[in-house]
Amino acid sequence: MATMPSLDKALENRKPHRMASGKTLAVLVVLLAVVAIGSASIGSYPISLHDWWSMLMAPSAGGTPEIVLLQIRLPRLLACLLVGCGLALAGSSYQGLFNNPMVSPDILGASAGAGLGAAVGILLGLDFVAIQALSFAGGLVAVLLAWALASGLCRRGDPVLMLVLVGILIGSMFTALISLTKYIADPLNKLPAVTFWLLGSFASITTKDVWLAGIPIAVGCIPLLLLRWRLNVLCMGEQEARTLGVNTRTLRFIVIVCATLITAASVSICGMVGWIGLVVPHLARMVVGPNHKILLPTAAIMGGCFLLLVDDVARTAGALEIPVGILTALIGAPFFLFLLMRERRHKA
Amino acid sequence: MILTLEHVTGGYGSRTVVDDVSFTLHPGEVVCLLGANGCGKTTLFKMILCLLKPKLGRVCLGEEEIANWSRSRLARSFGYVPQMHVPPFDFEVRDIVLMARASHLAPFASPGKEDRRIADEALEYLGILDLASARYTEISGGERQLVLIARALAQQAQWLILDEPAASLDLGNQIKVFHAINDLAKTGLGVLMTTHLPDHAFMYASRAVLMSEGRILAMDTPSKALTEPMLQKAYGVQVSVVEIGVHPGIKPGIKMVVPNQL
Repeated sequence: MATMPSLDKALENRKPHRMASGKTLAVLVVLLAVVAIGSASIGSYPISLHDWWSMLMAPSAGGTPEIVLLQIRLPRLLACLLVGCGLALAGSSYQGLFNNPMVSPDILGASAGAGLGAAVGILLGLDFVAIQALSFAGGLVAVLLAWALASGLCRRGDPVLMLVLVGILIGSMFTALISLTKYIADPLNKLPAVTFWLLGSFASITTKDVWLAGIPIAVGCIPLLLLRWRLNVLCMGEQEARTLGVNTRTLRFIVIVCATLITAASVSICGMVGWIGLVVPHLARMVVGPNHKILLPTAAIMGGCFLLLVDDVARTAGALEIPVGILTALIGAPFFLFLLMRERRHKA
Repeated sequence: MILTLEHVTGGYGSRTVVDDVSFTLHPGEVVCLLGANGCGKTTLFKMILCLLKPKLGRVCLGEEEIANWSRSRLARSFGYVPQMHVPPFDFEVRDIVLMARASHLAPFASPGKEDRRIADEALEYLGILDLASARYTEISGGERQLVLIARALAQQAQWLILDEPAASLDLGNQIKVFHAINDLAKTGLGVLMTTHLPDHAFMYASRAVLMSEGRILAMDTPSKALTEPMLQKAYGVQVSVVEIGVHPGIKPGIKMVVPNQL
């Protein structure tokens, strides 16, 4: 066919070329390393290049930079990375699963449930680990409830649509219950505690928290990464995916369990940090396209970078720490708008 | 393997849409399923593809009932071409075709070199290999339909089930698609497809099944099944079936449906 080369060219010119997957990932890994080292260096006690050099030359000498780095900054950095990667991964998977680019990992009520768990824990005056455990359990219970109700209601018809509807319902119910706990909380010390906790912060992260949240987040991430190519097929819709040989019920169940583990664990250590699971997958899709094989790793690395940068701002922008949940919303929402406008321009 | 439907009855809730349908299809046949909107064609497809459980009766492949087969085994037996729709994400055409390989891959695996070769071959077979790296959301409706057929081919199933493959195609692409389907049937694939135009059945099908209100009205070679009274009964309009005379370049004895009082 004589027209083929020109047609090929015309098709390539329709949109900016997608970057080759291997190259993109390599660039992103380098970027993540730079952001991580940069984030470790800045803060109320800056670590200079000279400090890095002397730490490298004489490890475990026990100087001030080393104590700051290992005991304060490193746990916080790791927590940001875990939560950022995890939420972006869960968000990308959910958008594929629900066949909808406007879905975030808390669509089935995981965040609201986890928030309620934490609020109740604080109200009861439990210790920090118990609050985290209760928060994690709250997230799981909310999603289980949504799943059970949707399965019960949905004898026929679209199971995905039913899940989303019931999820929104459960989410707003749990949000109302959070308001109730706030209303009955002692306004002098417990109400502020609940409120600050829900605003989200990495300020009080310890190494133990990193372990406590890191395990469920990792357990949630691994199956998502292993099954990521199959998520492509789910994007064709429930029935079509089944005719292509995918057991949609099982796959959906696994993805929901994994995403819920990630979301509940994230909320349990750092409060409600929104927008990452919605915005980062869009950004990743813009760079590498919608193929989940490459989209998921890309989104995970971008999510880690994004949250590290946002937390840098939270730590250094003001005299006081700004709650990170406020910042992700303040930065995430306009950024999302920018992405949508860019996408529109390219479609026109 | 022979595809057998035995007294298949089914529908949604208490409503019965398909009522006691039985027939047998052989590999290498091209069978057209015709009938008015809402007569149960799509519902029948759903029961063959195990997307809907029959209330009564059963669907068998060879000697075996398929009701309890795994999804991947079903997908290796039936390649399904749905009516085209646009997904919310702008996948590349090759990625869409590669989805067909899901039933041949282990759960944690993703398509490799061999799968990509099969996908490209399917695209080439339909003459759209040049679209391989185009965005599925940006090509024309007809091109999308061809991509879905290519995907069903890449599934390497013994049966092709097509839901109105010609619905959004221009004349050239319609002829291309039907010729491709006929060639595939000659290689031993069984084809079952719905169409709204009896002409398609006259031209391309070895058998036609005419449905009305969930039941089979007629089932035979197209010229025996699709007679004037039967078509009037199925569609509720007055039509004439005319035979095209001897023409250079076309097979003699081809029939066409023309509305009366035109």
